[in-house]
Amino acid sequence: MSKNKNSFIDFFASVKLALFVLFFLAVSSIIGTVIPQKKPPEAYIELYGDNMAKLFQVLDIPDMYNSWWFILLLGLLCLNLIVCTIKRLPNVWRMVTLDNLTTDLSRLGKMKERKTYHPSGSINEAASQVKNSMTSCGWKSSETEREGGILLFAQTGPWSRLGVYVVHASIIVIFIGAMIGSYFGYKGSMMIPETTSKDTIFEFGTGKPLKLDFSILCERFILTRYDTGAPKEFLSDLVVLEQGKEVLRRSIEVNDPLHYKGHTFYQSSYEPYNKFLVTLTNNNTAQSERFLAEPGKEVKWKMGQSDITYGIINRQATNEPGVLNYKIWFDDESGEPSTFWILDGGSVSVPRGDTDYTFTLKEFFATGLQVTKDPGVWYVYIGCILMLLGLTAAFFVSHRRIWVFISNEDGKSQVLVSGTSNKNSLAFEKTFEKLTNKIDSDLSA
Amino acid sequence: MTSSQLLGISTLGYLLASAVYIATFIFKTKKSGIIGTFIILLTFVIQTVGIGLRWYESYEMGYGHAPMSNMYESLVFFSWSIIIFYILLEMKFKNRLLGAFAVPFAFVSMAYASFGKGINQEINPLIPALQSNWLIAHVVTCFIGYAAFAVACGLGIMYLMKATSDNKSTESLMSTLPDLKVIDDITHKTIIFGFLWLTGGIITGAVWANSAWGTYWSWDPKETWSLITWFIYAATLHARFTRGWQGKRIAWLAIIGFFAVMFTYFGVNFLLSGLHSYGSS
Repeated sequence: MSKNKNSFIDFFASVKLALFVLFFLAVSSIIGTVIPQKKPPEAYIELYGDNMAKLFQVLDIPDMYNSWWFILLLGLLCLNLIVCTIKRLPNVWRMVTLDNLTTDLSRLGKMKERKTYHPSGSINEAASQVKNSMTSCGWKSSETEREGGILLFAQTGPWSRLGVYVVHASIIVIFIGAMIGSYFGYKGSMMIPETTSKDTIFEFGTGKPLKLDFSILCERFILTRYDTGAPKEFLSDLVVLEQGKEVLRRSIEVNDPLHYKGHTFYQSSYEPYNKFLVTLTNNNTAQSERFLAEPGKEVKWKMGQSDITYGIINRQATNEPGVLNYKIWFDDESGEPSTFWILDGGSVSVPRGDTDYTFTLKEFFATGLQVTKDPGVWYVYIGCILMLLGLTAAFFVSHRRIWVFISNEDGKSQVLVSGTSNKNSLAFEKTFEKLTNKIDSDLSA
Repeated sequence: MTSSQLLGISTLGYLLASAVYIATFIFKTKKSGIIGTFIILLTFVIQTVGIGLRWYESYEMGYGHAPMSNMYESLVFFSWSIIIFYILLEMKFKNRLLGAFAVPFAFVSMAYASFGKGINQEINPLIPALQSNWLIAHVVTCFIGYAAFAVACGLGIMYLMKATSDNKSTESLMSTLPDLKVIDDITHKTIIFGFLWLTGGIITGAVWANSAWGTYWSWDPKETWSLITWFIYAATLHARFTRGWQGKRIAWLAIIGFFAVMFTYFGVNFLLSGLHSYGSS
């Protein structure tokens, strides 16, 4: 029974399984980059024929990264990482926390890096000298009395042995973050016409409406262009409303979202309506009104005794790409109607007899926001940082250990310096040489 | 002087350096290697100034962005990364013969940037999605990784050439190359270095995607292929660390891994669709 259990654990802890899973993840991931993902079933029939499309549906190919077998592979990778860590960590931990002053002395004489010296002084004098030499080379040593002599020990980077397990743990942390995100978070979108507010998100994929407990008002959407005509920036002036009251005001751009109550609102698209937001102000009475005007249609505003009528009657390109100039026809029943040009987003003063009007015009848009709630994202980020730290420790920091045993051999002092490093032995060779040269010159001084 | 002139000169410089390094290897004229190093250093300075100037020119044009935004600029930066990585490698391991297997990658990248079909060399304004400080962090981390993998591939080829030469004439040619053990060691270290930076590149990409779209991972073909590449090198490192693979096997894996890198870099842009479509513009 226990033998079976061991072989079971061995299988799930094995590097063979890790290599197998990594290989299959790599190969199967290719499928989803070649075959279009998340398309309607008809698209696959058209592209690959009836039978292939059926086979794809059976194997979940159209959404393979969320398919049972791909998740199973990822799960297998996690299981492999966890079991392997449980199996190996205790031994590694023992190595990290090991009291190296109790090392079997016979091992010291067999290490690859070792040097022996015979100083003239007593072993106590030699020990304090060696200790100083080690300190000046950056090795902080501890010491103990052992049978027939004194043992000094110093080490660097014992914790680096944990690096690889930190990397393994970081992958698990990232998966946990991803699971939290997929169970407790959602992604959706909302389209908010300028000057209106919305509180409903439509979830991606399902189209399910999700109601927020606050609402978002889009005051203004602006699209700017480069002189080539390519879009330069999409910008929305947003206001967060709680029970109709303004609590936060912020402009968002692509790459600069709004965060509020665990939700993030990203600028993702826009929709033009071929309509115009017009504000008309009577500067004498300070009366003002906002309209949604369509080109070629008359708009009327009853103000006092006089009826104001205006319309957008023509448009013209300007030198600035994407910016248009609009011709307005304007009448307030006091003499001949006026006509004037106004730039998109501009403001024009209209003098009419004793009355002065201000006329502003801006193309009317709806801003398209992508909304996400992902409480798992911080776990993912922490996992990423852990992974980089773990990789750095695992690859570039080695566990180096130096022992010096100073003993009395036939009435003479003997100093045996030996050392090991768990990786990058070439670099350690040089470090060891530097240290032993220093010890040698200090002892013979 | 304009940036495109300077970058044109660097293309020639890397061609010349490749020729000198390869000649040094074939004719066993150790001294000519010094000329190779000199040309490389000079060309590297010219190319660096060229990239800096292009950056400046983009501000002059009113766009103002780091020269890392389209296929042309990325190829120039790829060759720049290969060269800086190679220079450091040459200094660390004091061996010029590596140059014959590394510098040609930089030349090919520059030549493709200069003469490749459909490569647009103009400075274009950045689309809103690319206007982020993460652009530089993401591109730099990815390309340092790519550069290291390119050099690892060159080293893998070097290893296989030396390991498979069996007749007398090639044997004497190969004798100038470092010991197999040394090549193997440098290949391994280069892969480790590349792997760390590739990991950083994937992470900076994920953080950027999350700050731009709210999704740190969306199985976009570029993301998926970078992960496939990561799996391949992760498997390579496990095979070496725990199963003791070395020599020819690691050399082959260095070459296979680089194919995955190349597909992530070019294949995805030209053959597949997705957010990283800078190659098709």
